Amino acid sequence: MHDLAPMTALGASEPRTDTIGPIRITEAPDWALASVAARLGQEATCQTALRKLLGTPAPGVAAQASGPVLSAFWIGPHIWMFEAPYATHPDLAQQVKAACADTASVTDQTGAWVRFELTGRDLPRLMERLCNLDMGAMQAGHARRSVIEHLGCYVIRHEDSITLYGPRSSAQTLHHALITAARSVF
Amino acid sequence: MRLKAGGQIDRDTKLSFRFDGKHYKGHPGDTLASALLANGVRLMGRSFKYHRPRGVLTAGSDEPNALVELRSGGRQEPNTRATVVELFDGLHAAPQNAWPSLRFDALAINDKLSNFLTAGFYYKTFMWPAAFWEKLYEPIIRRAAGLGSITTQPDPDPYDKGFLHCDLLIIGAGPSGLMAALTAGRAGARVILADEDFRMGGRLNAESYAISEMAGSDWAAQIVAELVSLPNVRLMPRTTVFGAFDHGIYGAVERVSDHLPVPQTGKPRQTLWRIYTRRTLLCAGALERPIAFANNDRPGIMTASALRAYVNRWAVSPAETVAVFTNNDDGHRTAADLIAKGVKVAALIDTRPDAPKAAGTELLAGAQVIDTSGRLGLTGVTVKLANGQTRKLACGALGVSGGWNPNVSLTCHQRGRPAWEERIAAFVPAGDLPQGMIVAGAAGGQFSTHATLAGGAEKAAQALTDLGITATKPDLPQAEDAPTRITPFWHVKSDKRAWLDFQNDVTVKDVKLAHQEGFRSVEHLKRYTTLGMATDQGKTSNMGGLAIMAELTGQSIAQTGTTMFRPPYTPVAMGVLAGRSTGQDFRPTRLTPSHHWAKEQGAVFVEVGMWLRAQWFPRKGETTWRESVDREVSATRASVGVCDVTTLGKIDVQGTDAAEFLNRSYCNAFAKLPVGRVRYGLMLREDGIAFDDGTAARLAEDHFVVTTTTANAVPVYRHMEFARQCLWPDMDVQLISTTEAWAQYAIAGPNARKLLQKIVDPAFDISNDAFPFMACAEITVCNGCPARLFRISFSGELAYELAVPTRYGDALIRRIMAEGAEFDVTPYGTEALGVMRIEKGHAAGNELNGQTTALNLGMGRMVSEKKDSIGAVLSRREGLSTADALKLVGFRPKNPQSRIPAGAHLLEKGAKMIVANDLGYVTSACYSPTLESYIAIGFLKNGQARMGETLRAASPLTGEDVEIEIVSAHFVDPEGDRLRA
Repeated sequence: MHDLAPMTALGASEPRTDTIGPIRITEAPDWALASVAARLGQEATCQTALRKLLGTPAPGVAAQASGPVLSAFWIGPHIWMFEAPYATHPDLAQQVKAACADTASVTDQTGAWVRFELTGRDLPRLMERLCNLDMGAMQAGHARRSVIEHLGCYVIRHEDSITLYGPRSSAQTLHHALITAARSVF
Repeated sequence: MRLKAGGQIDRDTKLSFRFDGKHYKGHPGDTLASALLANGVRLMGRSFKYHRPRGVLTAGSDEPNALVELRSGGRQEPNTRATVVELFDGLHAAPQNAWPSLRFDALAINDKLSNFLTAGFYYKTFMWPAAFWEKLYEPIIRRAAGLGSITTQPDPDPYDKGFLHCDLLIIGAGPSGLMAALTAGRAGARVILADEDFRMGGRLNAESYAISEMAGSDWAAQIVAELVSLPNVRLMPRTTVFGAFDHGIYGAVERVSDHLPVPQTGKPRQTLWRIYTRRTLLCAGALERPIAFANNDRPGIMTASALRAYVNRWAVSPAETVAVFTNNDDGHRTAADLIAKGVKVAALIDTRPDAPKAAGTELLAGAQVIDTSGRLGLTGVTVKLANGQTRKLACGALGVSGGWNPNVSLTCHQRGRPAWEERIAAFVPAGDLPQGMIVAGAAGGQFSTHATLAGGAEKAAQALTDLGITATKPDLPQAEDAPTRITPFWHVKSDKRAWLDFQNDVTVKDVKLAHQEGFRSVEHLKRYTTLGMATDQGKTSNMGGLAIMAELTGQSIAQTGTTMFRPPYTPVAMGVLAGRSTGQDFRPTRLTPSHHWAKEQGAVFVEVGMWLRAQWFPRKGETTWRESVDREVSATRASVGVCDVTTLGKIDVQGTDAAEFLNRSYCNAFAKLPVGRVRYGLMLREDGIAFDDGTAARLAEDHFVVTTTTANAVPVYRHMEFARQCLWPDMDVQLISTTEAWAQYAIAGPNARKLLQKIVDPAFDISNDAFPFMACAEITVCNGCPARLFRISFSGELAYELAVPTRYGDALIRRIMAEGAEFDVTPYGTEALGVMRIEKGHAAGNELNGQTTALNLGMGRMVSEKKDSIGAVLSRREGLSTADALKLVGFRPKNPQSRIPAGAHLLEKGAKMIVANDLGYVTSACYSPTLESYIAIGFLKNGQARMGETLRAASPLTGEDVEIEIVSAHFVDPEGDRLRA
């Protein structure tokens, strides 16, 4: 095992949590990510492989799906982002590639994103200050791409929480926007 | 004066406020205007042009007169309408457009000069002599013009922005809006009800008549209470919908904290909302218009509906004795309400000979107000009676009613043109309304309370039916249903000035002058006279101006037409448009993986493509940036340096056609690049001009990693995606950005390999034989951390770029510094990077400047003729490859210590500094500590053939003029021995 200590996107050794009113904003660094893009003409075969890997069909347009271990969300035509706990899947990209073989191009995206978990009531009131997604119409299992504070982000709606991915290098900007918007509301 | 009873104010609570240096008291529920009137203050400002004394004309957002400067310091806010300022304890406001005081204003001299200051005065007077305009006329006019003044201090308050979605947006919470919201809310639709007032109810709060045996305001409060209980209804008071934009999107400003002295901590002063609607119901009501007559602008003269609103809603009368001047039945309602509240009405002056009878006051039917008196406030009016006699009436206020204009502004924002409706003598919404907009209530020309209530319910149900939502219309409450009885009457004929546009001081005479001088189209009338061009967009004035122009031209008003209303409906503060994006939050910041470490080292940062990059790392004792940069360059060339190059764009290119895709994207060949090797690549634009350069590393047969320049990371990715999706959709290629996924460091210098060997795991042989120049590999470092190693060099030294997953970037730089201590490893920033690449003659953004070709850059032969690639054909255009085409060369000053200015142009010795003699230009220049001389690179006509010649680098901007020798751009290690070592 190597001896390089990881740093979170917000520049600390431990993830940060902020509680503002009923909202909790938690940095979640312990997630491995891998993008999967089906190869041309291999779309059906790729989806079969992904279904086997995920334990459920790969999510459709603007959706998220969770299997027993992995989860995934749609990010483009025949392109998905796979997620897994980093501790158990530091090599997620290789695992996914092994499952898909030559039916897909797989790229490690773990370091490319900062992930925040948003929990608490009235989350739509927070989100309406951040992006133009209609949170009232978004159900659990919906995943959308949107722009927050000029940054391309993914917003995934769960039953009681929201997962937010933004570009890692701008984690502080995104975090600042989240905190400011939350204070603006609550 | 405050009436003894009534009004929707909290009489138990007193609020202190200050206006024009004097202290007053008011109550919660007051506006600044109502509180001032309650304190006997009618004079609230001076007019824009003539500096005439002015008071309120209205009781709402259409106010043109009572503009004040609110607050002070960084919060100072000019041109604030006193009629919509919600009173708070400690409020202070100052009059504007007055000097030295509101009561005595020196510029009131303009009023005496009014015969000269007619419409077109500026255009006619300041035409000559032309030389006077810039130096004399304009400065004087600018000092005299304008409304209020802005603070020079930064606004201390935060502003916010957001996005809302709804099935039905209802604009206006008057009777029709409330009824519509009730209908849609009960049907379960997602409803937003927005109203600019702090109290919902619209005119119901200002009227005395009952709705189902309740006071109108009580009925409104009851409906609002039910709406509050509906989770699908969002009530937004203090929110002005200011614009109707494309696809059913509306802009709105919510004044979150304007009613407080200071916003609560963390809370915005205002919020800008973008509202996405499926349908919109405009229930914006109607605005009463005045009648123009001589001296109709004195403080105390206001619209009759405003007078009624002040009495009913705020229990305020501007004077003990008032009069009413009307051409329609609504003026009678005002008189009746005033009398009911105990205010003495001197007379009801009705232009209609057949005016209905009035109780409690004298009715002067068929009469007109022909003049007024009172310097700083109305003292009386002169009335011409039906029999031709004149009569003077003493009064301190006059309510004027010229009829009501449906509030059509928002219907015009997508170029909808309203249509004339004779029944109410006003324009009503017509033509192409903004997408999904329906109009209800008074905004649609339905003026009785019953009609507005019914219209609101009906139109809401109609809107929901369009959306497939079934709505049941609520039972309609009982309400007055009086017909509109009006005999249009626009102005009283007079030789004196009669005001139409109070804010811009446009009079009936000005309209006549415009007509006389041929400016008869409404658009010309507007611009010639400035009618309707003030911040109120002529809400109270446009109609009168059009009617008078129609009268003069002999056309109907319908034929005369209207000008265009545009967003914003009412003025919007610049701060709220910016929202949170101000100061350092203006745009996102990108931090490199080594940022925190670099900050600890005291690095000086520079913003590059939103990244904060270390520019140099000052050390103790270094007093100038040059000292630091020279040291960093020398240390790197002498031993080893390290630089964070994470910011360079990285694009993962995979697929069975990945190699061919790159072959078509780059102008040079990539198809045969072996796995484990990197190649420099140049991308051209479609037009053959150089676009970006970088490297492509082949990690597998079907897998490349492309690097781009920092600034072009996104444009190159976009360009490649366009090519993939649109040009060659039949290729099996997948692209994704990995710029952020890897922390990447350049390790450069003769000891780079020795340092790396301490970090790279022993299983990987990075000797020169095993890992030569332009090799690449996926390796591990620090006992198993996955990494990528590229042997590429921007500095010209033996150099590598080492990448690890971003989360380990901070740890890696610390490890490199620790392991490199024995080699005196030196971190270097972008300045040293720049110096070294100039010394090596490598092109960068300064050279790939959107005007240069591969040929200019000395890379003409890279554009392969054996294959096609983007831009290749057009790069061969004749004009781009002439014999004297610009070529990249190096420059050394004759005196090594003479700075060569970047951007300087190249001239023959003795040649004049004119365009015809221009031989090229300097793109990048620096001091080279390696050569102990200033050096530069740039483009010179036929440059390769002029080696050794002496020219001048001259800058007309800085005045520098330096003799230079033309040399190879490769100053250091031109053979490349170092980087292959």
